[in-house]
This record gives sequence, C-alpha cells and structure tokens, in this order.
Amino acid sequence: MKEYFFKISEKVINTLSNDEHLTISINGENSEFIRINNAKVRQIGTVADASIGMELIKNNRKVQMSFTIQRDMEKDYKIIIDYLDAMRKNILSLPEDPLCVLPKDHGSLDEEYTGHLLNPKESVDALLPVMSGVDLIGIWASGDVFVGNTNSAGQKNWFSTETFSLDYSLINPLKKMVKETYAGTHWDQNDYESFINSSKEKLSMLNEKSRKIKPGSYRTYIASAGVSDLIDMFSWGGVSENSIRKGRSSFIKMRDEGKSLSPCFSLKEDFSSGTVPRFNSNGEISDIELPLIINGALKNTLISTRTANEYSLLSNFASQGEYLRSPVMKEGLIEEQDILKELNTGVYLSNLHYLNWSDQLGGRVTGMTRYACFWVEDGEIISPIDDMRFDDTIYNFFGDKLESVTSKSRLNPSVGTYGGRNLGGVHCPGIILKSFELTL
Amino acid sequence: MNLVEIISKIDLDAEWFGLREYKENTTYHVIRDKNPLSNETSIDHGIMVEVLKNGQFGYCATSDLSLSGIQRAATTAQESAERASKYSVFSFESNVRPKSKGEYLTPIELPFDSLSAGEINDILMKANDWILNDDRIMSVSAMAMLVETTINYACSNGSDIHQKINIVGSDYSATAKNGQIIQTRTDGRSGNQMGLERFNQDLVREKCNKVSSQVIELIEAEQCPTGEMSLVLAPDQMMLQIHESIGHPLEIDRILGDERNYAGWSFVQLEDFGKLQYGSDLMNVTFDPTVSNEMASYGFDDGGFKASKEHLIKDGILLRGLGALESQERSEVPAVANFRSCSWNRAPIDRMANLNLEAGDSSFEDIISSIEYGVYMETNRSWSIDDYRNKFQFGSEYGKLIENGKITKTLRDPNYRAITVPFWNSLSKVGDESTFEVHGTPNCGKGEPNQVIRVGHASPICLFENIQVFGGA
Repeated sequence: MKEYFFKISEKVINTLSNDEHLTISINGENSEFIRINNAKVRQIGTVADASIGMELIKNNRKVQMSFTIQRDMEKDYKIIIDYLDAMRKNILSLPEDPLCVLPKDHGSLDEEYTGHLLNPKESVDALLPVMSGVDLIGIWASGDVFVGNTNSAGQKNWFSTETFSLDYSLINPLKKMVKETYAGTHWDQNDYESFINSSKEKLSMLNEKSRKIKPGSYRTYIASAGVSDLIDMFSWGGVSENSIRKGRSSFIKMRDEGKSLSPCFSLKEDFSSGTVPRFNSNGEISDIELPLIINGALKNTLISTRTANEYSLLSNFASQGEYLRSPVMKEGLIEEQDILKELNTGVYLSNLHYLNWSDQLGGRVTGMTRYACFWVEDGEIISPIDDMRFDDTIYNFFGDKLESVTSKSRLNPSVGTYGGRNLGGVHCPGIILKSFELTL
Repeated sequence: MNLVEIISKIDLDAEWFGLREYKENTTYHVIRDKNPLSNETSIDHGIMVEVLKNGQFGYCATSDLSLSGIQRAATTAQESAERASKYSVFSFESNVRPKSKGEYLTPIELPFDSLSAGEINDILMKANDWILNDDRIMSVSAMAMLVETTINYACSNGSDIHQKINIVGSDYSATAKNGQIIQTRTDGRSGNQMGLERFNQDLVREKCNKVSSQVIELIEAEQCPTGEMSLVLAPDQMMLQIHESIGHPLEIDRILGDERNYAGWSFVQLEDFGKLQYGSDLMNVTFDPTVSNEMASYGFDDGGFKASKEHLIKDGILLRGLGALESQERSEVPAVANFRSCSWNRAPIDRMANLNLEAGDSSFEDIISSIEYGVYMETNRSWSIDDYRNKFQFGSEYGKLIENGKITKTLRDPNYRAITVPFWNSLSKVGDESTFEVHGTPNCGKGEPNQVIRVGHASPICLFENIQVFGGA
C-alpha cells in the first residue's frame, strides 16, 4: 500500500495551484477477526478497509474530507479528484480559520515492521483446540495495519506493522473471571499454548467463594492492567493543553492551584518501542521522549500545533486531540514477589472497568473492580471479592495515597477496534495505595 | 449498484448468502470560540458479504465494489465459515435471515442541500455570539452533525431492501469560571432523524440562551447536597438511565455470554423473562424502531427482519429481551428486529435501537409538589456501570434543589448512585405526555470487534425515591 499511497498522493499534489495547501493521509488494515464464546466460534470474518483523508487549506480557510478507497489506482484517483474539486467549491463559502496549521516539511519517517502471522487458513485449528475444557471468551485479531501521510510541502511519512492479539477472559462456574491478552508480531504455537494453560491455572485461584466487602477506604494494590486504565483517563480531559486552557481538564488543579501528585509518580510519552507512529495526522514528528509528570510535578502537557497557534505556545507535535499515544509510567522499588507482603491487609485489584470522570475538574474518577480481585490478610490471598464501585481522585491514588510502585512495568496492549485496530498501549507498573475509596 | 443482479452472478456453494452495501456520508461543522474547528466530511462505503455454510456464518468486508471483488469476498467468507463450522457455538439455519422486501425513508422537512456549508457555518458562528454574552464565559462551541446513510441489502433467498436514513445532531456549549469554580453546560449533544429544520435560527437561539444563562447559574450555584433523597430525572438524563440500566442488561447476546470479555454479562437470566419485577408497576418500556424522527428508527434490521414495536417491560414485569433472530434460536426468547451493525465492515449483533419509557399521568407540577426534599437533574455528563449492569453511578450537568414541594435553587455537580432493580422499583411517578421528549445518541459502544452505533431513547420526567445523591470532589 505504501507505493500505491505515495504514487497517488504525488499525482494529486501535482494538480494543486500555488495557493492551495494539501495534506493527504491514509489509514487501513487487512484483518482477520474471530469472536469466541465458550471456547467455540461465535463469529468469524475478514475486513479489508482503507480510507484516504485530505485537508485542503486555501486563503486561511480549511476543509477536510475522508473516504473509503477501492485500492484501484485508476478508480481511486478519479474519485479523489472529484472530491478535491468539491472541496475547492466548498471552501470558498467557509469562514477564515486564523488557527489553521499549514503543512510543512518536518522531515519524513518510514517505519515498516514485518511479522510472522498465522495464515488465516490455519488460525481456527491453531487457536481453538487448547481452549478445550474451559469457558473462554474473547476476540482474535490478526493482520497488518498501515498509516501514512504526505503533504504539499514535500513531507512523506509511513508506518506499517503486522500484529496479532487474542484478548480473552476465562470464566469459572462461580462466574469469576481471569483476563489476559496474548499479543505479538511473531506467532509461536508452543508459546501460545503455554500461555493459555497458564491462564487456566490462574483461574483455579478463583474457586473460593467470593467475599462481600463493605463500602469504605481500603489499603489497595492495583495491578498494571488497572493502572493503565487510570492513566488512559489522562487522555480524556487530562494532559491536553487545550482542555486545560478551556476549563475542561482534571489537570487544572496542578496548573492553577499548585497541586501535585506523589513523588512516586512519573509519566512520559516514549516512542522508543516503535509500537505506534511517531508522526501525527499533520505529519509532524514528535520527539522520542516527552516528560509529562516528573516525581509528581507537571512538567509538560500535550500541545498540538493548533493549540500552540491559539495560545502562542511551542507545539510538541501532539495529536490534534492531544491524547496520549505512547505513555510510559516509571517503575518503583517493590518487587513482584513482595506485593502481597507490602499490601499486608487490603484489596488486590487486577483490573478496573468502565471508568469515567465523576467530577472532572476535581480529578475524581469512578469505575468498577473487575476480574481477579481478592481480599488479602497478613500478606496472603484469602478469597475473591464481589465487584465494587470506586470513586476517588487522581490527587489521592496518584497523589497523597500512593505509597509505592512496583519494579516491573508491563505493556498493556491497546486491543480496541473502534473504527479500526488500535496500535500501541500503556507501559506501567502496579501501585500500592494507603487507601482507596470503594463506594457501592 | 444493483445487488440483486450481483447476487445472481455470485458463484457459491452455501446454504445462504447475502450482500449488505453500506454508504454513509457524515459531516461535522464545529465553530469553537468563534474559530472554525471542523468542516469535515467522511464517506464510508463498502460491502459486507455474509455466507452460511455448515450452520456457521462467515463474513468478508470489502471496499472493492467490482463484481470480481465481491466474488472474491464471498469465497473468502465461505471458506472462513467452513473452517469454523466444526467449532460453532450454534449451528444456524437460513431461517435467521428471513426473506424480506421493502423500503424505509426518514421523513424530513428541509433536505440536506437546503443549507450550504457556509450557511451552516454562519448559523454556528451566530450561536457562538449568542452564548458568549458574559465575561465569565471562557469558552463556547457550536456543532452541527449531518449523517446520510444508505443501506441496500439483498440475499440468495430473494430479499431486497433499501433504506435511507437522515440524522441531524447539534450541540451548543459554554464553559464559565467564577474564581476556582468552573462549570460546563451543553445542550445535551443529542440528535434525531430529521432534516435541516433543526437549524431554524429561532430554535438555535433559544437553545443558546438556555446554555448561556444556565452556565452562569452553575458557577454561582451551591454544591449538590449529599444524602438519601427524592430524585427527579429530566428526559435527557433518563436517556442514559434507560440505555445503561435497561437496554444493555436486556441484550440477549450479553445474557448468552457473547460480551463477557468486553462490555460484560447481565444480571438478567433467561428464566427471568415473564417473571422478574424489574421496576414499579408504573414502568412500561418499549422497543420501537417505528417512532418518527427518533434516532434509531428503521424498517428492517441488518438481518432483514421487519421492525415492529414490542413491549419489553409492562407494568414493571420483564416480558421480552433485546435479541434478534440468531439470539431467538439460541435462547428461545421471542425476537425483536435489533440485529444491527455500525457499518459495512462489522458483522451485525444484538443492539438497542429506540428504547423508550412510555409516558405516565403525572404533570411536572404534580411531581415537584409531591417532594419534601430532593434534587432534579438534567443532562448527563458522567456514566459508569458494572459489567453485570447492577451498580451504577451517573452524574448530570445541571441540578435544582426541591424543598417542600418547590424548586428553590440551582445546584452544581449533581451525581447519584444505585443498583438497577431496586432503583427501578423506587420509580414513584412517571411524567405525562407534556414532559415527554425524544433523544438520541450516536455513541453506544459494544461488540468485538468494537462497534459504535446510534440509539434513540424517549422518556418523560420521572421521580425515584430514597436515592443516594451527592456532589463533586
């Protein structure tokens, strides 16, 4: 697709007049999906999807259009030219946009990661047999994902990767569940089967009858998967400079009221793992690292060039939505084998579910505990617990109440598929809290 | 494209196969702080081929619209189905894709080309001005969303369906600051099936004036009190309440466990249908894709099943679930026409469409005057519920304190939490037709691979007793 995209882009850009500025992007995938329920196939299919987006700027006016392509150079070129003509007509009637970002040549990136994936003709027989004897539900996704953009200033970016993931839950007769994701770029049948068998062993830990605990404050351990959900909240009215400026961010207290998080908490954007493109939809390329919070203090926010134009700031080439693309939280000192001992008595939460701001400006988040969550006494797991609702602030769980951070960071891969298969994930360790508010 | 003709040319050895062509043009116009933020159109167009082979469905989604491209997709779907058939959850027959013919068209007054992009931008720019009438307002925005969806469906059994749906959404919002108190008020980000009559300037101005005056009320308001009290929910909060605590738990595919790895399971069991006292006897809930102008109205679902109105809950008793023909075969619960997909590149699953709480007989004044102490909440802003759909916590943008039968003052940051069945059994008054409003949201997420779909929810104002209410951080 890279050759197709650069060739068709060049043809389109050659049609522009001197006062027209154009950015062209492509997003697409070729994916196999298998939906599994009770270790059997519920739905199976393949998706070949790709779309081209164009942003035309002329006389300080901007219009955007995207459309599905047929992957046929001749047909697609004709469609693109028709749409470009429609955009040219449309743009004349629009108001001026003083904040629009003209395309520039920031230098180009070309990253292609090839993998060794299961052939779709073999996937069902490779995946299903080891699941026998257990209630397993999940989604298999495999194939290539590609992103590219070019612009009329001469920039060309490309990123493609071949990946697979099996995101799944195992469920026992007591309806207790273990959540896992087996993901990678190179398929290894033996490793996969060992991984599933290890999950089955974890499920056996949930055979004890679960305990109901009362609402209240509890010493708490939150494992890496749960911490990644809490960090994800920063992409939604948190670390965005625009959100802070427009009064819709939980970070306003840090910016305006001198609040800080715990000295144990540090977070950065770090693209060194190569799991996501380093360029944004404008084609701008971010630095490999951007420290955001260092030892609890807000050092940087995510600033797109549009926001930079609006508030006379320096852009750090964040995405237009100023969300986290490759977050990495710094590890601490607690070894994995010491987690239960350090927690002593309290709740152990492996996963969280359905988080939302209950008071965004106050930094308060509500959500549920989910999957393998336990009551721990004197450093030993006593029993699973019933699901509980929590409602607490980032200034508590990443702030005053954060006691320690574990020494091992994990990548929690982003397996979402809204609009297309997501890339990347959140790298983070687990956290031990002096207290955490469980409310219902 | 003539799908019936293409069907006749596809060479396939299968029990059944079908084509669903989906083309959707979506345009967003946004003016924020008097600068154009977005004038963006996306056109999503492709075909899903579904094939039933050995009792298993397989699909292949392609944007290659040539006959040879569709034939390749059909062969791929057939091969997928065949390989998976020895591991099928359920062996289906072709009766879950009934033969249907027909059309559906959104009734509209003003077609989408009755206003140019420039004219819509002019209205949104004026909306910014109308909202921005106080120095304490720090940010404003106005949004218009126009969606035109064409779905053509044809199958090897002779089905031939054509549906054209027009949806218009809008929002007007303001954020204001008073010292360290910052509040945002919106118009609710709602939408309906309709034309551009939604952008009548008098109507837009009325909405902007409300947003503008209420955001100022909010920055001067007290924090919502904490305690157990009467709770009155406006229709634009009921929308979320119905969606999360009735719609999702009644989806049969959830009850059958398909969603356990993602959206979750349900506290509702198959044996609850016909028996469970879901709510008080004032509670009447219908699945109704036939309501004119509601966001998720249609003539047929994506399996070709003709849409009709059905009671899900009558006088508080749970009667029926939200499951289409595949779920009916698996669960033996009678089906509704809710087999829906978000686009050509996702397979249909059980979804909500229009899910409505029927009006009762209490006027707004009846409801307020009956309350000794309570809170009225309008417009959802926060939502979270567990994976069985039991323990929820929701928040609203705008609250009012009710004391001794009268509304006394505005409240900011109102929230409430409860458990689904006790909550609905605490329903003590249901508003009459004069309080009834039709809302819709384009953002219901579910399914693996993930799908976001449009739903409609209509409701009157409702009163609940002894609910845990609280304020902000």
